[in-house]
Amino acid sequence: MAEAHVVLNNPAMTREQELIAQVQRGQNELFYELVRPYERRVYAAALAILRNESDAEDAAQEAMLKALANIRQFRAEARFSTWLIQITVNEALMRRRRARNAVMEGIDDHRDEEGEYTPRDFADWREIPSEALERKEVREKLAQALASLDRKYREVFVLRDMEQLNIQETAEALGISIASVKTRLLRARLMLRDLLARGWEQGWFSRLPFEKGTKPW
Amino acid sequence: MVNYESMKCEQVWREISNYLEGDADAGLRAAMDAHFRACSRCKSLLEGTRNVVRLYGDERMIEVPSGFGRRLERRLARSGRVRSGWATWSSWMIPLAAMLLMAGGLKLASSRTVPHPLLSAHAQPGHGIPPDMIVVVSTDAKEFHVPGCPFIHNKDKERTMTANEAQREGYIPCVRCMRKYLEVAETGHAEAGTEASAHGDAEQESLRGNEP
Repeated sequence: MAEAHVVLNNPAMTREQELIAQVQRGQNELFYELVRPYERRVYAAALAILRNESDAEDAAQEAMLKALANIRQFRAEARFSTWLIQITVNEALMRRRRARNAVMEGIDDHRDEEGEYTPRDFADWREIPSEALERKEVREKLAQALASLDRKYREVFVLRDMEQLNIQETAEALGISIASVKTRLLRARLMLRDLLARGWEQGWFSRLPFEKGTKPW
Repeated sequence: MVNYESMKCEQVWREISNYLEGDADAGLRAAMDAHFRACSRCKSLLEGTRNVVRLYGDERMIEVPSGFGRRLERRLARSGRVRSGWATWSSWMIPLAAMLLMAGGLKLASSRTVPHPLLSAHAQPGHGIPPDMIVVVSTDAKEFHVPGCPFIHNKDKERTMTANEAQREGYIPCVRCMRKYLEVAETGHAEAGTEASAHGDAEQESLRGNEP
C-alpha cells in the first residue's frame, strides 16, 4: 500500500497511470473514466471482427468487464490501450468461433494469399483531404470499402492503421506471424486505394472543397 | 534479393507498405525513392496508399452507436464490480424517488374528486411520474417498474433507466407496483411530499420529485 501511495504522488505520472494504479488498488468506480477515451477504438476492433453493430457493442462491453476483472495483471511496461484492445480482439474472436462464422468466412481465407496483388488504377493521385471526413456520406463510403475486404485483410488493417497497434502487437492480437501481418497489410492498403479510386469514379467524393470541376487524379 | 539498382514496378509494389512503415533499410529506401522519381505510376500508387493510411487513421472514421458510453457505464455498474457515479446516485435516489412517488400518490388521491383516483392515475400511463425516477424494464415486456417490483418479467433481461427514457422507449407504468406504492403512501408518508421541490408544470399537479 505504501508503494502505491508513492506511485500516486509521483508528479511524472500521467492521469491514465494514476487511474490504473487507483483501480488496481480497488477503486473500481474510476474504471469508466480510465477506459472512456478508448471506447471508440475498442468498439471498432470488435466491429472489425464481428461485423455486426449489436454483437460488437456486446463484445466491447464484455471486454471492458474482463479488463476490469484482470486489471491487476496489467503491467506498466505495456500501453494500456494496446492491452485493452488485445482483450477486445480475444473476446471478439472467441465469439466468432462460438458462432461458427469463421467457418463461413474462412472459405476465402487462402485465396490470393501467395499471389501478387496487382494494383488496378495508376491514374495520377491527388490527396483526398482529411476535411472530407467531416461529411458523413464520405465516412460511410470509406467504411463500406473497408467492410468489403476479406476478413483477414480487414482485421489486420483495422488493428494496424485504425487502432494504431504496431506490426508485432497486431500479430500477437490475431495470433498470426509478423510476415502475414505485413503481407495482409500491404494487400489491404492497395485494395482500399483501388476501391477509393473506383469510388471517385462513382462520385463518392464529389463536391469536396478542393474540387474545381476536375477529378483529383 | 531485390536489385536496388533497377527495381521493377512489381518489386516496388511489394515493398510499398514497408516503405510507408519506415520498415525499409536505407539501400531499399534510396532505390525506391529513385524509382518514384522516374515512375509516375508507382509515385501515384505511393501517394494513394499514403492517403488511405492517413484517412482511415483519422479518429473520425471510428463511430460508435449512440448511447454506447452510457450503456457501458450502466453495464459496469450492474456487474457489481463498479459503483459508478450513476450507481452511487441511484443508491439514495431510488428510495427517495419511491418515497416521493408514494407521497405524491397520496396527494393525488386526496386531491381528486373522482371516485377511484388510483385507477384514474393508472389510466394515464406515465402521467406525473418524475422523469428522472429510476425504473426497471425488461427487454421482452411492455411495462416499467419501481425497483423491487415482484411483477417484473424476464429478470435476466432487466435494464435500469429513468422513467423518462422508459417512456420514450414505449414502456408504460406497471399498474401493480404503482398501486402498491400508492396504497403504502396512504398509510402515512405524506410528509415526504412536502419536502420535495417541484419538477415542472406537468408534475406539479400530482407527483413531485427532486433533481439529483
